[in-house]
Amino acid sequence: MAKTRITALLILLLGVGLGIFVYKSEIRHRNLGPEATATGLAKYPFKLGLDLSGGTHLVYKADVSLIDSTELKDSMDALRDVIERRVNVFGVSEPIVQVQNGGFSNASEERLIVDLPGVTDVSKAIEMIGQTPMLDFRTENLNKDKPQEAKIGSDGKLVVQAPEPFIKTDLTGRFLDKAILEFNQSTGEAVVSLQFDAEGSLLFEKITKENIGKQVAIFLDGEPISVPTVNEAISGGKAQISGNFTPTEAKLLVGRLNSGALPVPISLISTQTIGPSLGTLATTAGVKAALIGFLAIALFLMIWYRLPGMIAVIALSMYVVIMLSLFKLVPVTLTAAGIAGFIISIGIAVDANVLIFERIKEELRSGADNIPDSIHHGFKRAWLSVRDSNISSIITAIILFWFGTSLIKGFALVFLIGVLISMISAISITRIFLYTLNIKKKNKLTSFLFGSGFSNAKTIIK
Amino acid sequence: MFIIKYKKIFVLISAVLVTLSIASMIIFGLNLGIDFKGGSLLEIEYTSVRPEQEIIEDTIKPLGIGEMLIQPMEDNGYSIKTRDITDNERTNILESLGNDVTEKSFTSIGPSVGAELVRKSLISFILVSLGIIFWIAFSFRKVSKPVSSWKYGLIAIVSLIHDIIIPVGVFSILSHFSGVEVDTLFVVAILTILGLSVSDTIVVFDRIRENIRVGHFKTFEETVGRSINQVYIRSIATSSTVIIALLALVFFGPSSTKIFALMLTAGMFFGTYSSIFLASPLLVIVNNLQEKKVK
Repeated sequence: MAKTRITALLILLLGVGLGIFVYKSEIRHRNLGPEATATGLAKYPFKLGLDLSGGTHLVYKADVSLIDSTELKDSMDALRDVIERRVNVFGVSEPIVQVQNGGFSNASEERLIVDLPGVTDVSKAIEMIGQTPMLDFRTENLNKDKPQEAKIGSDGKLVVQAPEPFIKTDLTGRFLDKAILEFNQSTGEAVVSLQFDAEGSLLFEKITKENIGKQVAIFLDGEPISVPTVNEAISGGKAQISGNFTPTEAKLLVGRLNSGALPVPISLISTQTIGPSLGTLATTAGVKAALIGFLAIALFLMIWYRLPGMIAVIALSMYVVIMLSLFKLVPVTLTAAGIAGFIISIGIAVDANVLIFERIKEELRSGADNIPDSIHHGFKRAWLSVRDSNISSIITAIILFWFGTSLIKGFALVFLIGVLISMISAISITRIFLYTLNIKKKNKLTSFLFGSGFSNAKTIIK
Repeated sequence: MFIIKYKKIFVLISAVLVTLSIASMIIFGLNLGIDFKGGSLLEIEYTSVRPEQEIIEDTIKPLGIGEMLIQPMEDNGYSIKTRDITDNERTNILESLGNDVTEKSFTSIGPSVGAELVRKSLISFILVSLGIIFWIAFSFRKVSKPVSSWKYGLIAIVSLIHDIIIPVGVFSILSHFSGVEVDTLFVVAILTILGLSVSDTIVVFDRIRENIRVGHFKTFEETVGRSINQVYIRSIATSSTVIIALLALVFFGPSSTKIFALMLTAGMFFGTYSSIFLASPLLVIVNNLQEKKVK
């Protein structure tokens, strides 16, 4: 009995601890300034889906008709990288750029999904993302170190123009046939091999001839990604870029070069913008409904089931606290449907408790000797019912998760976790608490306490 | 025993409700939303007084958007439904409407995405149904007397179909009178009802199975009747807690999930009703038919 009591106490402490964690991490995160980095507890806010935080959801179709099926994955990954870098330029907090591979459910379309929480200037976002990746080669600006004239502008301020370190050439990704990852035979170093087409080879030969000993920079989307020094004039359009790359860096560069060389055209097939006001409205309503639902259920439990009901409420509170912590830690992205799923799962969590209590009542009514035995048998027999009745919900949740869009996935995940945790909390936590109370005598008071609804104490004691 | 005595009446009530629902679906149809048909939905809000609908229509018409459906939203807003438009067209619309207007939300779904959603929904529905059928067949595999296990499964499916058709019928009536549309959440609601209501039916069948095993009662009919007596309070209690949670959602929750929660409430309610008043009477009827054949 002492062991049970200690376990019960530990569980209660855990519950309180998790509750504090949930509360504090939310508060700390709210109090962060806009530029501050999150540390410690503040690192765990609730992750809100677009329909709650406001933002933009874009779905692009990638035209892969010109791409070999062997290069498909690499091309899509490279595309994803480029788009993600472009999106990052916006300074969006936590953007999500995902590839959705063509498959049975997808009509074999390769898709790119871009989620931009908090972004309201949709037009600008679409415009920047929509460009196909741009690759070009630039040479050193010989004038870059020349002292520049400082002028005084019309508004009286000093204007100094720092010259661009590199100037553009005619050589762009259009002329690149492909880039391949290779390993230098003597040093084993990872290098990137370039192959230009005919026109490109000529251009490349010209550029290298004119820039021996100088740097030629490779720019992708206006940012330099590699600045090798030219050793000799290169004809035949084959070049190697070596720059102490790790194999991963080299592979990434190959992907990017190929994406510049074989741009995958993308077209926008679906947009969704949710204004922030709508999002906040939905969140507040969701939280309100959750609180009211919880209170209503708690009230129902206490009135109908009395003592076991109060224990169920404690177990239910533990359940809510565990769920909220999981949402923060996994993290689970909450959408409006997800909140709905959470509220429903609170109802189901109680289900298990109800099944157990009804079973215990029956054991008592059938004249079992004492209360602990009734509890014991009640739990044992009820477990099968609990398991069976939850498996169908689990089947539904899993299939929903597999086939759903991100909206459905949010609901399915919350629902699935909810059902699983509710089974665990009802069977273990409730049971421990019931045992802890250690009520042995079967008299009028305890019968009332363990009775329920309208059944009179008399009908319990036979 | 009360329920079994009047089993024919209860089965009749269910049959009537199902027929009415199917009729309503045929007559009123179901409004498919843009999630499935493709198209655009632009929700706008005016900071001060909103102009008359015709003014909006006239302003947008020259933009070449084509057919549109404008509906008032709350006090100060409108929802504008059109074919699926590009971002340029959207900015054109917003600009032409003036500075007084804020865009609350915008959704544009291309036709391929819509068609795909239809396909995914059907596949999910079939998979969930199959999953449940197998689960019931598996969990009742050991029960073979007097009613064989697959008959339990079949009856559970019948009551499941009943559980889905009636909420959908309710929805079709709602959609006829208030214009609510079928969207992704509708499909999620149906699949969730499948999962939740079958569990309730299993609880009842579980008890029947146990009573058969223990052999307390003399006839099958009595076994079923008494089993129901033993579990109906429990069934109602478990459904009540979920329904309480759902009602909180309907009345206090986000507007996007109101219809979803309403459908789930109807589903849970009829799910419980069917477990007690439909599935078990059907069991007895099936058993009686079997006995008649033997005789």
